[in-house]
Amino acid sequence: MSHSQSSRTALLWHIGVWALFALVIVVLPYIFTSSSSISMMSQMGVFIIFALSYNMLLGQAGMLSFGHAVYFGLGGFFTLHAIRAVNDEVWQFPLELMPLVGGVGGLAFGIIFGSISTRRAGVTFAMITLGIGSMVESSANMFTDFFGGESGISGNRVTDVTLFGFSYGPSIEVYYLIGAWTVMAAVAMYLLTKTPLGRISNAVRDNPERAQFVGYNTTIARFIQFSLSGFFAGIAGGLFAIMFEIMTAPNVGLVQSGAVLLMTFIGGVGLFFGPIIGAVLVTYMHTALSGFSEGWILYFGLMFVFMVMYAPGGIAGVIYAHAAPWRAGLLWRLLPSYLLVLLPALLAIAGLVAVVEMGYQLSLAYDPSSPIDLFYMQINATSLWSWLVALLGLAVGIAGVLATARVVRARWAGVNRSMQATGAKT
Amino acid sequence: MLESIVFSVLNGLLYGMLLFMLASGLTLIFGMMGVLNFAHASFYMLGAYCAYTISSYTNFWVALILAPLFVGFLGALTERFGLRNVHKHGHVAELLLTFGLVYVIDELVVLIWGQIPVNYAIPPSLDFTLFTLFGTSFPAYRAFILFVAIAMFGAIYLLLVRTRVGMIIRAALSHPEMVGALGHDVPRIFTLVFAFGTGLAGLAGVMAGNYYITEPGMAFSMGPIVFVVVVFGGLGSLGGALAASLIIGLVTTFAVSLNYSIADLLAAVGLGLDGANIAGGLAHIDLSRIGQMLPYLMMVLILIFRPRGLMGARES
Repeated sequence: MSHSQSSRTALLWHIGVWALFALVIVVLPYIFTSSSSISMMSQMGVFIIFALSYNMLLGQAGMLSFGHAVYFGLGGFFTLHAIRAVNDEVWQFPLELMPLVGGVGGLAFGIIFGSISTRRAGVTFAMITLGIGSMVESSANMFTDFFGGESGISGNRVTDVTLFGFSYGPSIEVYYLIGAWTVMAAVAMYLLTKTPLGRISNAVRDNPERAQFVGYNTTIARFIQFSLSGFFAGIAGGLFAIMFEIMTAPNVGLVQSGAVLLMTFIGGVGLFFGPIIGAVLVTYMHTALSGFSEGWILYFGLMFVFMVMYAPGGIAGVIYAHAAPWRAGLLWRLLPSYLLVLLPALLAIAGLVAVVEMGYQLSLAYDPSSPIDLFYMQINATSLWSWLVALLGLAVGIAGVLATARVVRARWAGVNRSMQATGAKT
Repeated sequence: MLESIVFSVLNGLLYGMLLFMLASGLTLIFGMMGVLNFAHASFYMLGAYCAYTISSYTNFWVALILAPLFVGFLGALTERFGLRNVHKHGHVAELLLTFGLVYVIDELVVLIWGQIPVNYAIPPSLDFTLFTLFGTSFPAYRAFILFVAIAMFGAIYLLLVRTRVGMIIRAALSHPEMVGALGHDVPRIFTLVFAFGTGLAGLAGVMAGNYYITEPGMAFSMGPIVFVVVVFGGLGSLGGALAASLIIGLVTTFAVSLNYSIADLLAAVGLGLDGANIAGGLAHIDLSRIGQMLPYLMMVLILIFRPRGLMGARES
């Protein structure tokens, strides 16, 4: 195969994947038609852009930020102020392009704060972003005209000034607007990783000293990457503002910044599509669990800690680790051991969930002795027996996982040996 | 006016010393291990809650001893079974682990003690007025906090500088291989340092929990400001942490108690301003609202002009 031919197949392959991504976004509302799922999928789109923009920092340039919501939130506030200006007929700007206002706002503040924070790397950079995040959040008390004080600011997205004649009143029209921006922003961010800037960012992440020796200015590379990431976060914030029509001070705050870090990391920082998985999963779990359990933050925290310790590549990393055995046709040798570990893992999770839910029932419920519906059973949190059973399940499950994990490791070692022997690409 | 200044100084010192109790543990851990413990304020909260539970069964003095020990024990577990495993992935992974612990610990506190504040009260033996100045009383418990904090600073300083253990700890920071070669168990030293640092946070929680309110939000309200103190003072510097704690304690207390705006100041010297334009609006914001933001602003400024902080030894 000649070089141009192989690059052409690669190009077709890329276009095909992105076309599929767009197709999924178009088709989804026909499958999940309820208004709550439309709203949830719209949020997923917003957070896909936000998480991808965050991964421009953490995954691609190795910059751990605790204040990325600043650019997301400020972008949202700028967008909403622009929409209000159109509401008041002092400005004419089509709603479809409103996220650009947020993007420019995010970019502007990315340039301002980035010029301070990107001079440093590593842990110090993380501290500075935390300080800037706290500073912006607490400044909401000072600039009440901009942040709207306690109640935030709100606007009306139905402005009569549009490009395509939709009113964007119904949530399905907003969904497609968000979907279109999600595809555009994701493709743009993907293409950015292929530019020299993207490559230099990777180099700065992997070995800043060597990147400097080759002649690149690591500070400038970090700065440009940071500013552009602020731009995309601002677009996400603008879409968030269009969707909810209200922005409040916590949108720029530490909780929001922590959430995007959580979803990006859980999805996986090492691969481009990782944050997409994370954004979809975390948004889904947030919507599904927060109605069902008080403890969803705890589950998230435990999941995050577990992943930092045992799967630092996130879900995408776990999936990618199986690409080589799959290509070598050895995946079937791993699967039985997974089934073996799955059983005690499920038991441990069930035990943990029961313990947590009963704990919340005791500490938060109005009447702790009222039964909880869990696993199609009625559980009484005040009974000693249910605690014993739950704790026993947890302990047995953990012991089982520890025992069966050895089998998985042994299988992996065997697969790796076979792949090395046959010279398969790892 | 004089009354307000005197009490602002006293309260600022008090707040500063409380900040220092938290910041000293954080900066020690960072200085020794290079780990920035994001969950430090969560251990502080655990200290307050444990003290509440222990003192409800026994009394405050038992809690004062046991709660920091227990929190330090939890810290040792965290280091041994968490941080040590991710150490090979570098400092960012360690930071992420402690970041995840914030969520876990804060939620566990809600799970165990509930959402509403618990009634963790000042012990009766310390619940009296120490002196009255300008008609305002100064409670004895505040003096006790100051005393404990100063004693703590002295003890840490002597421990690190004057004892053999402190010498080994400092050596393990700069030359871990050499200290290991001399027969010391470096990973165990790290566990001990982490336990000691989190224990100090627990002690701060015991002292502050009944002075403020013991509630699930107390970690979140204290966390970012402690980081500011540590960065401002210089990462890893104990003296810097003390100076930064006092400066930030005094600055925020004065900003809250002095309810003036720039416009008031200008009016006092005969320049009137109306709030129509943005500059006018800014000038009319009174100091107490800027007060919350001031520490963060100070941190950003010091990072621009003196990146290693007040007394930090190294660049990063």
